Amino acid sequence: MKVELEADKCVASGQCVLAAMDVFDQDDEGIAVLLDEQPADEHLDGVREAVAICPAAAIRLVDQ
Amino acid sequence: MADTTLTGPAHEAPDAVPEFPMPRESRCPFDPPPALKELQEQGPLTKVRLWDGSEPWLVTRYAEQRALLGDGRVSADTDQPGYPTKASPEAGEGKLSFIMMDDPEHARLRRMVTGPFAVKKVEALRPAVQRIVDGLIDDMLAGPGPVDLVDVFALPIPSLVICELLGVPYEEHDFFQEHTKTMVRTTATPEERGAASREVAGYLAGLLGKRVAEPRDDLLSGIAARVTAGELTHQQATEMALLLLIAGHETTANMIALGTLALLQYPDQLALLRETDDPKLVASAVEELLRYLHITHLGRRRAVTEDIEIGGQVIKAGEGVIMVNEIGNRDPEVFADPDRLDITRDARRHVAFGFGVHQCLGQPLARMELQVVYGTLYKRIPTLKLACALEDVRFKTDAFIYGVHELPVSW
Ligand code: SF4
Repeated sequence: MKVELEADKCVASGQCVLAAMDVFDQDDEGIAVLLDEQPADEHLDGVREAVAICPAAAIRLVDQ
Repeated sequence: MADTTLTGPAHEAPDAVPEFPMPRESRCPFDPPPALKELQEQGPLTKVRLWDGSEPWLVTRYAEQRALLGDGRVSADTDQPGYPTKASPEAGEGKLSFIMMDDPEHARLRRMVTGPFAVKKVEALRPAVQRIVDGLIDDMLAGPGPVDLVDVFALPIPSLVICELLGVPYEEHDFFQEHTKTMVRTTATPEERGAASREVAGYLAGLLGKRVAEPRDDLLSGIAARVTAGELTHQQATEMALLLLIAGHETTANMIALGTLALLQYPDQLALLRETDDPKLVASAVEELLRYLHITHLGRRRAVTEDIEIGGQVIKAGEGVIMVNEIGNRDPEVFADPDRLDITRDARRHVAFGFGVHQCLGQPLARMELQVVYGTLYKRIPTLKLACALEDVRFKTDAFIYGVHELPVSW
């Protein structure tokens, strides 16, 4: 599974960081940064939660 | 009067358009008006009538609320045709910065101030907030009870924190708190509201001027630097500072006071919180209280700029929509047994902060403050109790943000 982030859609809500700290971070403007494009299985639940709660629909989890 | 035996009372006629907002009249001060629940059961969208006779759509279900708040054809610009007027005959003065704008201008302005609200930056403030909370509790315990928890605790916390972050001297909080109260009171006249907002705006404009000349390490100086760089006019900078100052006040303060009152009514939940050392349970309690309480009770308002088909209806361009998140957060399709406060449930998908590009930018700060408060107050004052009858608590049905006017407590 691969995480895709469209940073230009991001509104810096920080929800993804709260849901999956090991996968997402934020830059100086609060805009989401992808730390790990292919997170280990243990982080996938957090990523799914981030996909569900991201208010800007900026995150996707895709099958490779 | 028409013969009611033939036609039934007017409110039962199938084509009657209900008035919004509805009277609360529910047995439980934490529950949405029963009429709102009935509308949600009937369907996701319905027309309502506002005080001025306009008839926007009321969106009552979670899925449709999220879809519309995240839809680019839905505008936050109060000047758009069809934008639902507010809950009372008030007239807002100008635009409260980017929350009343659409992209790309909204995004340009919002991004100027999102940095300090990033999760890790906010985390770094946690020890300072913990000190503030502990200090206020020390003061409370050192003096006689009962006290008004709003006055001595719930309001000072967000106020101290946002003043610190912005670089507004907290010593002057009496001045701007008095005025921000007027600004969010629906019963204030447009003149009173306008005057109050001009007072605070004038004060902030003066402070911004000082920060242009002598920058410091605070958010006002950051905004002032944008003025110097020609990216913001002085007027825009003042509106932005005003937005940040007032947005942090009434919201978090009401979550603290109303949240405490709710927990006092649910002793089993309060006990869970008091006895835990698990920050995850405290964080979960914050999300559940955000879901369960409904401080933004008048809904999020938008204008539709292109026809949208949703929930079996077509919303036409030029029509207004109101997303009432308090009822969205009680949608049984999303939250099982929604009227029960259960701090152990996973409530993270609530829409208390809204949804879409306008979702609250201060939410990481609000979460952290609430986690510190809910994780500290009931442990340090295990005997905390309401010092009046629940019936005597004055609820803020007359404000844009729901909560309590005072919360007398003793211990
Ligand atoms: S949840 Fe979405 S909008 Fe919020 S910071 Fe992450 S990517 Fe950006």
